[in-house]
Amino acid sequence: MASRALYSPRHPMLKKRDGFEDILEERRRSSDLRYALRCYTPTLYKGLVPCKASMLKSIVLQSDHLQYVIKQVSSESGDRTECVAEEASLILDEMAHRLQLSTVRFFAFMLNKAFKRLFRSVCVNEEGIQRLQQAVQEHPVVLLPSHRSYMDFLMMSYLLYMYDLPLPVIAAGMDFMSMKFVGEMLRMSGAFFIRRSFGGDKLYWAVFSEYVKTMLRNGYAPIEFFLEGTRSRTCKSLTPKTGLLNIVMEPFFKGELFDVNLVPVSISYERILEESLYARELLGIPKPKESTSGLLKARRVLSEDYGSMYVYFGHPVSVRSLTEGKITRSQYNLLPRYDTCNQPRSECFALKAYIIHTKHLNVFLSQQGFKGFCFPFGEPCLSSSRTLGGQAWRSARRQFFSGLVDFTNHKAICVLDDVYNCFNFLRNMFSNEFILCPGDSVQDFEEACYLLMKRGVLQVSEHEIVMSASGHSTLAFLSSVLDPFLQGYQVVSRYLCEETNENLTEKEFIPAVRNFALKLILAGRLKCYEALSSDLQKNALAAFLRLKGVRKVKVGDQVTLKVNKIAVNSLEDTLGKSDVISYQNSWCSSMAMFEIAI
Amino acid sequence: VCFESSPTAGARSLSLRQEIMKWNGWGYSDSRFLFNKKGQAEFTGKRYRLSGLILPSLKDWFEGTFGANLQHRSPATPSLNLSAVAPPNLNQPFVEDLKAAGLAVSHDPEDRVFRAHGHCLHEVFALREGRIGRVPDMVVWPSCHSDVEKIVELACKHNVCLIPYGGGTSVSSALECPREETRSIVSLDTSQMSRILWIDEKNLTAHVEAGIIGQDLERQLNERGYCTGHEPDSMEFSSLGGWVATRASGMKKNIYGNIEDLVVHIKMVTPRGVIEKSCLGPRMSTGPDIHHFILGSEGTLGVVTEVTLKIRPIPEYQKYGSVVFPNFQQGVACLREVARQRCAPASIRLMDNEQFQFGEFCFSLILLNFFLLKNFCFKGFDPQHLCVATLLFEGDRGKVLQHEKQVYDIAAKFGGLAAGEDNGQRGYMLTFVIAYLRDLGMDYYVIGESFETSVPWDRVLDLCRNVKERIVRECKERGVQCPPLSTSRVTQTYDAGACVYFYFAFNYRGLSDPVHVYEQVEHAAREEILANGGSLSHHHGVGKLRKEWMKESVSGVGLGMLKSVKEYVDPQNIFGNRNLL
Repeated sequence: MASRALYSPRHPMLKKRDGFEDILEERRRSSDLRYALRCYTPTLYKGLVPCKASMLKSIVLQSDHLQYVIKQVSSESGDRTECVAEEASLILDEMAHRLQLSTVRFFAFMLNKAFKRLFRSVCVNEEGIQRLQQAVQEHPVVLLPSHRSYMDFLMMSYLLYMYDLPLPVIAAGMDFMSMKFVGEMLRMSGAFFIRRSFGGDKLYWAVFSEYVKTMLRNGYAPIEFFLEGTRSRTCKSLTPKTGLLNIVMEPFFKGELFDVNLVPVSISYERILEESLYARELLGIPKPKESTSGLLKARRVLSEDYGSMYVYFGHPVSVRSLTEGKITRSQYNLLPRYDTCNQPRSECFALKAYIIHTKHLNVFLSQQGFKGFCFPFGEPCLSSSRTLGGQAWRSARRQFFSGLVDFTNHKAICVLDDVYNCFNFLRNMFSNEFILCPGDSVQDFEEACYLLMKRGVLQVSEHEIVMSASGHSTLAFLSSVLDPFLQGYQVVSRYLCEETNENLTEKEFIPAVRNFALKLILAGRLKCYEALSSDLQKNALAAFLRLKGVRKVKVGDQVTLKVNKIAVNSLEDTLGKSDVISYQNSWCSSMAMFEIAI
Repeated sequence: VCFESSPTAGARSLSLRQEIMKWNGWGYSDSRFLFNKKGQAEFTGKRYRLSGLILPSLKDWFEGTFGANLQHRSPATPSLNLSAVAPPNLNQPFVEDLKAAGLAVSHDPEDRVFRAHGHCLHEVFALREGRIGRVPDMVVWPSCHSDVEKIVELACKHNVCLIPYGGGTSVSSALECPREETRSIVSLDTSQMSRILWIDEKNLTAHVEAGIIGQDLERQLNERGYCTGHEPDSMEFSSLGGWVATRASGMKKNIYGNIEDLVVHIKMVTPRGVIEKSCLGPRMSTGPDIHHFILGSEGTLGVVTEVTLKIRPIPEYQKYGSVVFPNFQQGVACLREVARQRCAPASIRLMDNEQFQFGEFCFSLILLNFFLLKNFCFKGFDPQHLCVATLLFEGDRGKVLQHEKQVYDIAAKFGGLAAGEDNGQRGYMLTFVIAYLRDLGMDYYVIGESFETSVPWDRVLDLCRNVKERIVRECKERGVQCPPLSTSRVTQTYDAGACVYFYFAFNYRGLSDPVHVYEQVEHAAREEILANGGSLSHHHGVGKLRKEWMKESVSGVGLGMLKSVKEYVDPQNIFGNRNLL
């Protein structure tokens, strides 16, 4: 009975323990083999519909939604329905996981060995595990780990196996499949594979979304995917891919599930296995193709010391409470249930969920007080952000923010509206760079004002902002954190104004900007090495495209970039205003606020 | 069910019903559940088949389900405290004119209190605590259509508020006197208009005064060899006029139809005059059907005085039945298939596992004998998931048997096993006594209520699950100590969907304002129903309880249309019960 489960006491086996537990400690003392063969009895979802992986396939293929799309596709393309259905079946074969406990046990054995060599410790917050154990029983769970390394998802499955939690099915990129054996091994440990791009392919999308939703609806297993899509090269959180989030939220919106729990998981490394690869990639050397031989060659990483690894399981976020009062589920009442085409998008909520997720993690990191991390200003930013976990990077900034005290007796007054305008401009400019919820500008601004006021940095009145004496250096620090981005974007805009000709193609853009930045650095005119990062350059281009400074024109099969020099110039001017004394105070505070808002 | 025969309308005193019925609970005063000295439950009186029976295991179920304890009693105030009733605000000229016209009136507090409420939980709870809110200032008993015309005319003349009263079984706060009403409120009791005026055997119609109570109508027609076949669960107490005013639905609607299918002609007195059609044609294309302004108007437009109904010869043969399904999903799938093939019996209802257990444990209603139980276990039936459908077939013998076979064949496809006639019959019997159970619960700190909705077939399961879960959750959040009873049943099938009933009850010990908690939970449950594609109401109506969702349910324009009808028909708001709009 549903009511019983809700009221039942917590799992009696679990004792509440605070903080992190090093899971390797125990492993070092006992047999790996026995561990791999131990009795595994996971906690199960109370509404579980027992079903095998093979049954899953037929449920998906028979589902109303897929049948509907198959008919639609067949009438559009003129192919026979049987052919389209066959195609759907093939897509599903290519995609589906074949979770097997024996493979998981094999991995558990191997990973035990590997982890013990690689890491000094693997720390997990047990409280989070307990919360997850609770959440898993009540509603279907979606795990949202951060993605920094190939290690991430092996680690997740390993941990869930260890804590007797149901093994997740993991959305993985198709590129793994090109690895011999390994791809299949991953498949048997619960990975299912999706193509990197299938934008226009209706059938593929239908199969994929129905597959995920079916697993969710039946409570088959927790679903795990990486919101960031790809591994974050700079360790800064990436703008999330919300497509999958939409899919997992839909069963709730349509009333097929009472609720869905999103569980953010943060995985931080003191050193990432792929660190040198990442740095190279950012400087323009393409990512090596995933291959089994590559993996074997990478054995040497086993001999190095990668320090500690921290895994933090966040608080489950209930989709129901997240969207309460914001989405009227009854809007689905008038459509047939198989139809998902005309339905309202919920991206905004997906984004909110993600923001909550990152905020949670920040809170955690600052609570844990990551020692030994400081923000090395003088050094190239690339290396610094590499050593810090992306989240830690943010929290380090916050610690500085609270720690700095200055005694200069400098007072400055700015007009509130000016500051807000600057703030809004930055928000617009950097919306590809940081995760921001569209439309929340005023709210963010107010929050930032509030926080700065609380710290005694600012006094905000109705029309004016007064900087306090002690706050100046705090502001200076905060704005300097943002400085690399500002400079980087300025470099890109200067490049666009000064160096481009008519026929700049999209492909040439990144290397050309890199060369331009390199020249500036060698000439000593630029101190900011971050301008070399291809991530930043891509984001800047996207921002200029969005703000109509650049537009794409398709010529033949090439995409060229047409620069509107006037617009780019004025954007650059605004970016550059921070150097002008008269604007400095407004800028300073708006940047500080922006910094806080993100 | 054996109904007590009541005296014929002419000889009846004005408040006879009131004398044999509880003033602060459901049904007849002599029929109630109680726990005797041995702690065994029994049902008193002689009116029902269950009357006089001892139900030994009800106590265990009751204590186990609600965490209640027979030591912890919450008895009702034994009798009405007359001093708690505010003195009547009479409109003297109106009273004089009524008396001059020879109409029976009363401003006796008991008469007024009896007509001031329906059977919503908060209404009954307040009565049990002896709290009396605003009550009508007087009661008037018209005895025929022309009396009603006179009353309405005088009400318009003297600007008093009229609230029509039929059987008093409303569960939508429809009978509550609006607090903001400053005029004299007059309860217009139709109980004296209870004659069958004529029966037309050629056309199979009967012309009946609207105050007649369901069981009287059925009994009197039966004496002539006919029936209406309209059997709402409240038919012992609810009136024909009330059915029309709320768009009632009967258990056997699959054969006879709901009230809107049964009426051929309606006469209603409004402040503008009498509204009726000019002939008894079975269907008309004369613009929007004016009957549909009346059906479901909930006493806001006027008083229904006379109704012409379809009647049918009493069926030759009746047979109950029941089917046990391995789980609720299978049961719903079976009902859906039955509806698809359009072969639903007169009644088909599907109880979920909680209700099955309730029936099983406390009444041994679903007497699964040992053989049967063993058989079920062998077939992989889990008592924690079992659910049961009860069936009622009607018609001529040969067809019933054929029909029965067809339905059981369908059930078998969904894993259903026939579980006997007796179980089916007991299931239906439970319908009439279940309302009495609430009063028992209220003696021991347990409050509860039922509510209903209608929903498309493909959303039935999701709706049931989500609403039940929402109830459990809301109760927990609001500090209810023990998990509530939260169960559902599918009670009607249609081509495009089903009617779903929810029963919900909890132990309120430790809560400072249980009724408020109850209302919040019910509110949340209704929100959940609407979010999952359910309707605001299938047959209980809107009243004042569900008014806030009307606009959302019928759109702003729809509500505007209804308002403009009200505006035209009753510009002075004489029928000022403020239901619906």
